[in-house]
Amino acid sequence: MSTLEIKNLNVSIGDRPILKDFSLTIPKGEVHAIMGPNGTGKSTLAKALAGHPDYTVTSGEVWLDGKNVLETEADERSRAGLFMAFQYPSEIPGVTIANFIRAALQSRLAEGEELDATAYYKKLYQKMDLLKIDRKFTSRAVNEGFSGGEKKRCEILQMAMLEPGYAVLDETDSGLDIDALRIVADGVNSLRGPKLGVLLITHYQRLLNYIVPDVVHVMYDGRIVKSGPKELALELESKGYDWVKDLVPA
Amino acid sequence: MPGEDTTALEIDREKGNFSYDIKYAYDAGTGLNEGVVDYICDVKGEDDWIRAFRKKALKIFEEKPMPTHWATKDLETINFDKIRYYLAQDKKPKRTWDEVPDDIKQTFERLGIPEQERKFLAGVEAQFDSEAAYSNIKEAVGKQGVIFMGSTEALMKHPEIFRKYFGKVIPTADNKFSALNSAVFSGGSFIYVPPGVKVSHPLQAYFRINAENFGQFERTLIIADEGAEVTYMEGCTAPKFNTSTLHSAVVELVALKGAKIEYITVQNWAANVFNLVTKRAWAEEGATVKWIDCNIGSRLTMKYPGVVLKGRGARGEVLSIALANDGQHQDTGAKMIHLAPDTTSNIISKSISVGEGRATYRGQVHIPKHLTGCKNNTECDALLINTNSRTDTYPAISVRGNKNFVQHEASVSKVSAEQIFYMMQRGLTEGEAMSLSVNGFVNDLTRQFPMEYSVELKRLIDLEMEGSVG
Repeated sequence: MSTLEIKNLNVSIGDRPILKDFSLTIPKGEVHAIMGPNGTGKSTLAKALAGHPDYTVTSGEVWLDGKNVLETEADERSRAGLFMAFQYPSEIPGVTIANFIRAALQSRLAEGEELDATAYYKKLYQKMDLLKIDRKFTSRAVNEGFSGGEKKRCEILQMAMLEPGYAVLDETDSGLDIDALRIVADGVNSLRGPKLGVLLITHYQRLLNYIVPDVVHVMYDGRIVKSGPKELALELESKGYDWVKDLVPA
Repeated sequence: MPGEDTTALEIDREKGNFSYDIKYAYDAGTGLNEGVVDYICDVKGEDDWIRAFRKKALKIFEEKPMPTHWATKDLETINFDKIRYYLAQDKKPKRTWDEVPDDIKQTFERLGIPEQERKFLAGVEAQFDSEAAYSNIKEAVGKQGVIFMGSTEALMKHPEIFRKYFGKVIPTADNKFSALNSAVFSGGSFIYVPPGVKVSHPLQAYFRINAENFGQFERTLIIADEGAEVTYMEGCTAPKFNTSTLHSAVVELVALKGAKIEYITVQNWAANVFNLVTKRAWAEEGATVKWIDCNIGSRLTMKYPGVVLKGRGARGEVLSIALANDGQHQDTGAKMIHLAPDTTSNIISKSISVGEGRATYRGQVHIPKHLTGCKNNTECDALLINTNSRTDTYPAISVRGNKNFVQHEASVSKVSAEQIFYMMQRGLTEGEAMSLSVNGFVNDLTRQFPMEYSVELKRLIDLEMEGSVG
């Protein structure tokens, strides 16, 4: 049951239904890409999975390794192994990246248990080397005054440290130049493996040149209208999104 | 999520929230009159000049109106007739913890004072209600000529130094509560550091209120002679009673030429304490005075530490943090009075308002026209946790002349729902996320604090924020 399974998920913002009977299963070890035009519900899917309070789940199920997580708060879902890389990550003034990640890891320990500081920094530096991140980076306050690329790199570093079972990457490529894109993609690729399932949300095909997905899904009007191998992304690139409208069931 | 509703905080004051049934040998009874002043003088065996000083102060206190024309009306709820002004088990502090009576000793042990003393302090004074139960200075420090004792004791043993500065930095009539303190003061610390002596470790006083309906009126006087350096830290707690408790201290600091004084307060009063404190320093030529003031707890705190910059090149600094939780009002700030050229002052104030908590910043900076080369920097930042949290800023900066430099920055920010969600997505509970936001907000200030105190402060903030979400 090592899967992230989304079953007939319906999500509204206020009274407006956004996701409509959305279903998708991501097994661990696979990278699934979701593509689709703007306003089709891609980010809503990410936020709803993560448990954002502004998104109301009206029906459906989300199973994380066999556990229904819809009734749990965002922090519990995180600790259960769900990670979301934000499209627009928040600034946390005065809190360094190192301290933030440390607090996040600490929150995974049982009460009274204390994170071993030496082991923590050893692991942190190891991951930073892996992701080619400068040592000075983690003494900066989380996302404060960061460039687009730095924000994304900060997200990927957190992901590397928290070692989630499933990661949802929400428009990780937005606002990145090609060099930054490559760095982020290298980071994600280095974390790929049998213990990680990835849901890659993107508007453009170009990210998929760097992170090659196992499956591509096309999303339109709150649901998946077509799924296929990685070549599907290229088809979308050449044909645009207009034709997918015809795939919507009546 | 923050910003939507506010839930009354169940404040965790486990550490300080306990009291013991103490048999007091000395009790001035309830209410305030000349008889109470006489009682205190008699118990302490004070000289006539002090008796006269106290009685004059009592008159001034009675004549002065409550400052409610600018301060909160909540002051009017203090019933001075229902307060006990002097409670002591013993008049003389003990020099070793072994001699301190068990019932009082266990209080300070629970608060961790003897342990801290062993670890990193040069001397400790522990005040229990009106008098110091324990007072000791490490031998090496005493040998350098440093005097550290309770004010009551210092009045007897060192009247020549005490009298020279006592009531000079803060005159009795400065405000209604400085007058009240002057009438009934008891306890507090007296420190004298001889010329050129640098006290390497902090001296610490711990003020503990144990009794209900009680008023604690300690009086602290610290003198750093020319070129001397000293750091003093004070901590305060009281159990949570159903009735109000009054804490009204007067603290005077004198930094002579080239001296340095750092005064650190981390108070964690129970939410029913009226904390009305007057703190001011003199800084002579080239001297530096730094107030680090952390106000957590209390029902109402009014406190504006000040520095009178009397000598050329003197420097004054106030770094303050106030956390106002539901039902609390932190009315704090700073005063910088520039009286000599080339003097500099720096005020950094950070406040956090939680739920219906209210934080007020009041600042006064005065640089007269005839001076040159004076500088002031004032920054006040407020963080609001909920939509109904409140913050007010009243900076009064009067700078005359064109050869002085002043800069003022103020900001109000809010912990956003998105920020909390972001942190929760990483596994932090809502309370932990709030805590981290608040600690981040004060971080650039607390980094400048001695380690032991920034750790303690972080712990207190965590406790305050833990229960702050519904």
